[in-house]
Amino acid sequence: MLFPQSNATPARTRVVVTGAGIITALGAGWRANADGFRAGRTAFRKVTLFDVSRQRARIAAEAEWPATLPATRLSPKELGRLDRAARLLLLATHEAWGQAGWAPEEAAELPLLLGTTSGGMTLGEAYLCQALQSPRAFRRQATRVAHYQAQRHALTVFDAFGIRGPISIISNACASGANAIGHAWELVRYGGAQRVLAGGYEALCQLTFAGFDSLQALSPTPCRPFDAQRDGLSLGEGAAVLALETFDSARRRGAEILGEIIGYAATTDTHHLTQPHPGGQAALAAMTGACASAEITPEQIGYVNAHGTATPQNDSSEAAAINHWAGARASTLPVSSTKAHIGHLLGAAGAVEALVCLMALREQWLPPQNAINSPDPVCRFPIVCEPQDANIEVALSNSFGFGGANAALVLRRWR
Amino acid sequence: MTTVLVHGLGAVSPAGWGVPALRAAIEQNTPLPARPLARPGWSSPLCSRVVPPPGRRLDFLAHPRLRRASPISQYVVAAALEALGQDLARVQAGSLRLGVVVGVMAGGVSYSRRFFEEALKDPATASPLIFPETVFNAPASHLAAFLGSSAPSSTLVGDEGVFLQALALAGGCLRRGQMEGCLVIGTEETDWIVADALRLFTRRAVHSAGAGALFLKPGSPEADGGIELACVTDAFPFLRSLNRSAAARQMRAQLPGCSEHELLCLGTQGLPHADAAELAAWQDWTGPRQTPKAILGEALVASAAWQCVLACDALQRREFAAANVSVVGVNQQAIGARFVVSHSLNPL
Repeated sequence: MLFPQSNATPARTRVVVTGAGIITALGAGWRANADGFRAGRTAFRKVTLFDVSRQRARIAAEAEWPATLPATRLSPKELGRLDRAARLLLLATHEAWGQAGWAPEEAAELPLLLGTTSGGMTLGEAYLCQALQSPRAFRRQATRVAHYQAQRHALTVFDAFGIRGPISIISNACASGANAIGHAWELVRYGGAQRVLAGGYEALCQLTFAGFDSLQALSPTPCRPFDAQRDGLSLGEGAAVLALETFDSARRRGAEILGEIIGYAATTDTHHLTQPHPGGQAALAAMTGACASAEITPEQIGYVNAHGTATPQNDSSEAAAINHWAGARASTLPVSSTKAHIGHLLGAAGAVEALVCLMALREQWLPPQNAINSPDPVCRFPIVCEPQDANIEVALSNSFGFGGANAALVLRRWR
Repeated sequence: MTTVLVHGLGAVSPAGWGVPALRAAIEQNTPLPARPLARPGWSSPLCSRVVPPPGRRLDFLAHPRLRRASPISQYVVAAALEALGQDLARVQAGSLRLGVVVGVMAGGVSYSRRFFEEALKDPATASPLIFPETVFNAPASHLAAFLGSSAPSSTLVGDEGVFLQALALAGGCLRRGQMEGCLVIGTEETDWIVADALRLFTRRAVHSAGAGALFLKPGSPEADGGIELACVTDAFPFLRSLNRSAAARQMRAQLPGCSEHELLCLGTQGLPHADAAELAAWQDWTGPRQTPKAILGEALVASAAWQCVLACDALQRREFAAANVSVVGVNQQAIGARFVVSHSLNPL
């Protein structure tokens, strides 16, 4: 039963990560992305996926991958129907699934929690264009309707890997990926499931690009989070999927543990549909709540992966929240936004950035932001500007979205 | 063990604004009239059952967050306010920590379509007022802002079954004490693009819109009485290894056997092909049935919400001891729920 859950327990189980998959404009897979984030590489170029000639901003971080997708249970015909978003999700899941190494019987009841804001919107756009331009042409329309929906993407993952279980798709704007991982963490933590796949995915699409440009929220140049002269965000695309399970389950089967999720909180900022409260109260509450659930203090946090979109409003509000939450610790707390490397991945952002934190914890480095000229004086914390090794045990990842959806995750190094 | 009780119900539907209008339409048991819905490039319109204008001015529309909001947000707020009843004051005073879970499939589709059309014509002039309303979580955000609630709100996307998933999510959060109350809302809005898409799969389905809301709170039947969310079954996804019919059967197997004292609220709509799997799964049921979609139309997640609202409404009126809700969704899952009258109220 989804409710009540028979194994639900007030005891809090440790939740570890035994598989991780990622694809961004830096490349496909853990190694390509870890090397890219560690070096501070950026991946912005002129948009090629759709016409941006009439837009103010014209760059984004487009992902690339080999023409041949990895082998799964999907037939060539089924693979051929996958849209861009579904391919990103499949690639990330393939890596996480392979790394987790779960037995087939463990796939028989495996919840999948995903965050996305637009699903297969490129198919939705194509549907509308054809309906307007050639209303009596029905070819491919039914396929587009069926395959643009996020639940179809999730079912495709199930068919690809022979999984069964409940599917939850959370669409809380830019917090979606973090919410999906947070919900998954709670599901395992409170005994609702032994193991879960969770993550986020997002493909670039014309509607969203035009939307942010209409708000004057996009920068014509690669974004510069927390820079005093920042002028907007840059969009990107990608996916990240984590395999979560109880520590006991991982230990019993001798699985390699990549890291541990120890805290999560979500709040709602009611200030405005698109802008955060300048004081960052809801963001502060999310960070405070996540640390409380992890039973740690700001002094124990070694790195903050900020939401850091590089819009004037977000970064000011988030800086205020970090300053307040960290208190005296703020002046020595390393912070960076990896959106400076790969752009804002919207529904995938929270999941990708959680995975970046895992990378940093596992390999002991801090992701730098190379593209910052002068930090905004409102930041009382140091921005990581140069690639550097580090000694970090715990990281915090922030995700704040349209509609006031705020989420914070706390991750810990596995020794 | 903490139980989860249904403290309030709300609905907006083609029958009108409010649960009484919804109930009256079901009691009349006659499909509501469909209206023409113009579709670009076609002389013959589509059919739709639209939400009628409210009988009185809606005061909440004066709220700054709702003045330009899409209809879907208006439906969500109206249904939520009806469900909250007198607890609205406690929420707005900050003395009741209220979560919000909204389930949608097409979401704010009318603004999405309008914005994309504008962007195709000339992205330089596409309206920045419309774009923010296209995000799936805009209705949940507007509701939270109207209520002044900073507790977590989630928007779940999927087929009709996502409403029952939302109930399960809310129930779990309430049991863990993460919130003191939770609004669970299912909603959709009308647009020709949805009706156009629906027609590709079933020509006889009539596109519909609105919202249904359940206000859940923790309690114990002994102390509080009331209508209890007894269970939400597992969600059985439609896969190569588990087709629609098998998924429906597995969902049915998790709910009790037939009883003449219990109501079965189905998601069927009088379309033999679309309904076949669900009807087959419940063929053993000889007790009373309700089929709101046959009266109100295909409103996707809102339809599942209306099923639950009607089930709980029947229990509140002591017409039955329990009610089972069956959802075999359009393209994702089969899932069910069960509501029961607590012993203190149950005269049977």
